[in-house]
Amino acid sequence: MERTVNEKKKTGIRIVAVFLILVFILFLLQRLFVPKYMGDVIEGRFVGEYYREEDKSFDVIFVGDCEVYENFSPVVLWQDYGIHSYIRGSAQQYIWQSYYLLKDTLRYHTPKVVVFNIQSLQYDESQSEAYNRMTLEGMRWSPAKVDSIRASMTKEEHFIEYVFPLLRYHDRWNDLSDDDVRYMFRTEPATFNGYYMRTDVLPAENVPEGRPLEDYAFGDRAWEYLEKMRLLCEENGITLVLTKAPSLWPYWYDEYEKQVEEYASAHELTYINFLELQEETGIDYSTDTYDGGLHMNLTGAEKLSRYIGPILLKAGACDRRNEAGLAKIWEEETVRYNAAAGRMVLVPGKIRMGAPYCN
Amino acid sequence: MLFTSYEFIAFAAILLLLYYILPKTAQKYVLFCGNMIFYAVTGWQNLIFLFVTICTTFGAALWVDKNLKAQKEQLALHKADWDREQKKAYRSGEKTKRKMAVAIAAIVNVGLLAFVKFPHTQFQFLMPMGISFYTLMSLGYLFDVYRETQEAEKNLFRYALFVSYFPQLVQGPISRFNELSETLFKEHDFEGKNITFGLYRILWGFFKKLVIADRLAVAVGTISGDFGTYHGSYIFLEMFLYTIQLYADFSGGIDVTIGLSEMFGIHVTENFIRPYFSKSLKEYWRRWHITMSTWFRDYLFYPISITPWMQNLSRFLRKKCGERVGKRLPVYLASFIVWAVTGIWHGTTSNFIVWGIINWFILMVSEELEPLYEKFHARFIPASRRGWQAFMVLRTFTMLCFLKLFDCYATAGEVFRAFGSAFSEPNPGEVGANLFSLGLTPWDYLVAGCGALLMLGVSLLQRRESVRLQLSKKPFALRAAVGMGLFLVTLIFGAYGVGYDASQFIYNRF
Repeated sequence: MERTVNEKKKTGIRIVAVFLILVFILFLLQRLFVPKYMGDVIEGRFVGEYYREEDKSFDVIFVGDCEVYENFSPVVLWQDYGIHSYIRGSAQQYIWQSYYLLKDTLRYHTPKVVVFNIQSLQYDESQSEAYNRMTLEGMRWSPAKVDSIRASMTKEEHFIEYVFPLLRYHDRWNDLSDDDVRYMFRTEPATFNGYYMRTDVLPAENVPEGRPLEDYAFGDRAWEYLEKMRLLCEENGITLVLTKAPSLWPYWYDEYEKQVEEYASAHELTYINFLELQEETGIDYSTDTYDGGLHMNLTGAEKLSRYIGPILLKAGACDRRNEAGLAKIWEEETVRYNAAAGRMVLVPGKIRMGAPYCN
Repeated sequence: MLFTSYEFIAFAAILLLLYYILPKTAQKYVLFCGNMIFYAVTGWQNLIFLFVTICTTFGAALWVDKNLKAQKEQLALHKADWDREQKKAYRSGEKTKRKMAVAIAAIVNVGLLAFVKFPHTQFQFLMPMGISFYTLMSLGYLFDVYRETQEAEKNLFRYALFVSYFPQLVQGPISRFNELSETLFKEHDFEGKNITFGLYRILWGFFKKLVIADRLAVAVGTISGDFGTYHGSYIFLEMFLYTIQLYADFSGGIDVTIGLSEMFGIHVTENFIRPYFSKSLKEYWRRWHITMSTWFRDYLFYPISITPWMQNLSRFLRKKCGERVGKRLPVYLASFIVWAVTGIWHGTTSNFIVWGIINWFILMVSEELEPLYEKFHARFIPASRRGWQAFMVLRTFTMLCFLKLFDCYATAGEVFRAFGSAFSEPNPGEVGANLFSLGLTPWDYLVAGCGALLMLGVSLLQRRESVRLQLSKKPFALRAAVGMGLFLVTLIFGAYGVGYDASQFIYNRF
């Protein structure tokens, strides 16, 4: 009898041991197989970098797609206006993802101003699994992440593959590189408070006119999430500012503009269309864009930041340059920023390395 | 719900948990609910087809059983007052009634099957999953009751549980009532051995399906999907890869069925015995999809062979053409019908029908040449010589590669065009140069090749004893390492998820 009990105990211990070993191996494999976004495509690192911030008491949060994370420089906002800000943006970030990222942000701190770029209103459903992954995988687990995944999944995707990304990335076995081992547990920062810096220049030339569309009306789902975002801001006493980046392409139709203007006016929201503010911002499409007018480069982003700074202060953000703790954090960030911009040289070992790719 | 889907794995795990944590008396209800959920998920209308089959075959079998009992009672009652002729006439009358009942049920079910399977019918979209399998299972049961080799089941719930048993709904095996019911209706204790053995079998099935079959399916699909580009020697490559793919796919699915059943404590009949080691087509059909072959043998071939019409034909031929012809021709005729029906059962398109007839033709020719083979072996090479046996295995495998090509194209014409092209337009250089443009990388070929070699190795090991039994005698660490290794290899090297077509099990469509 005693023997049987002992044998059962032994079997139980063995099963638990095997289970634990298996879980450990799976954990390592998952870390190994998940893309590190260290090559040409680095956008997959953006969303996750937010959680590494020492002080998340941001007064301004930008949410949106590339028209946000490439067009505003939080470093300039700090230097010139003392605004403590962060950009929660990723490639082709859909409006529902922006909404849930904002909800996720509220778990840590309530900002005074939220800037949302309305470019993504054009999309009523997710277009690509790859973009979904880049936005969603960086999020920490929370109800907001669960909802965001559910709202974003394309027909081919499975929720469980977000819970266990190894199920999605298992087929990278013949694609693994040194980077996958080197950055298994931690990657280098790719952004400056969410800003993706590009210093190269490709002037805008021969920008095509937009082709006529059958229907210019934004989809119900896009409106639904814009409304949700507005209400979320309202509930939390946040000022919502809508922007349209000065991207010459994809074409921004007058019909789009009219719908956004009507919405902003109906809800008394500030709406800034940078496409119409070329003179005021000083944007020069021959020097301030790195891809022929789609996105701003460093000089373009700094110009837009200098323009929007006073608007943000008016909307509720404040100058916090007198806070010693924050000033120290920003000082470090500024050094890294300037080094990446080619304005100073980093001394290895003194300052964190790992500036993003710049030409 | 595919076996390899996350939904199925979660579904099976939950069902297994309920099966063992609820009182044992509830086990059959848990299974039945599982069956219904599994089937309803594929489309609620599928349940209608399933219930029609269950009700018609159950009702007909019950009626036949009652009729048989009533017949016995009547005969006992009139034992003294009926003469032999009266008894014979009564028996014959009752038999005709039973035959009619069975025929009606069979026509309804075969009609339903034909209704959804017939090509170009507007109702083909209804095609309920596994209808070919459960139709044969329930008809087999009905025929057994008719032939008095099986007692009719009196409990509709138990019968419905048998017909709808979900692990075998996808692609068989085609179980017999007397075999499956032995363990299906029993109450089972939780046994570690059942769980581990079942789990090993499921893992092995997933390995075959995901690592080998679904990977090779990409290249096979590329070749068969564009004959204009992929012809000539590509066809040989296609035949070879598809032959491996089909076995890995089909037997992998059966492994999942048997393994999952083992975890429930239910014994399901084996469907394969290392078929690619067969030395002839005849032997192959005794080792491949065994439950289908035996079904057609028992319920079609034998009954056709003993019909009065066939008996008369045999007598006539014996008289006119001699003993040998009189004995063999009716058998070949019955065999022809069986193979034609087997072809139609697989699909009503010409490729399947011709496939069935070619199988019949090869088997018939082999049978006729048997005396010649014997003379050859007596004079030149003994049939028992190892080298000769290896040659026979290779020869049969090659023949199977050709036969399997009938699955790859939509019509017999396309298959023959492919055969013609394979021999008349040789382009091995082009195939070699484009080998990695068929959707598979060199690494994919390596993984599939290693997987196929492992499958071959396991088949060789199995000749002595089940590999799981052999493994169970090894130390715990080794057993755990094998299980873990199989799981991890399947997880990493399996062809699944976004980027791969969620390919259904091939036999699911039959």
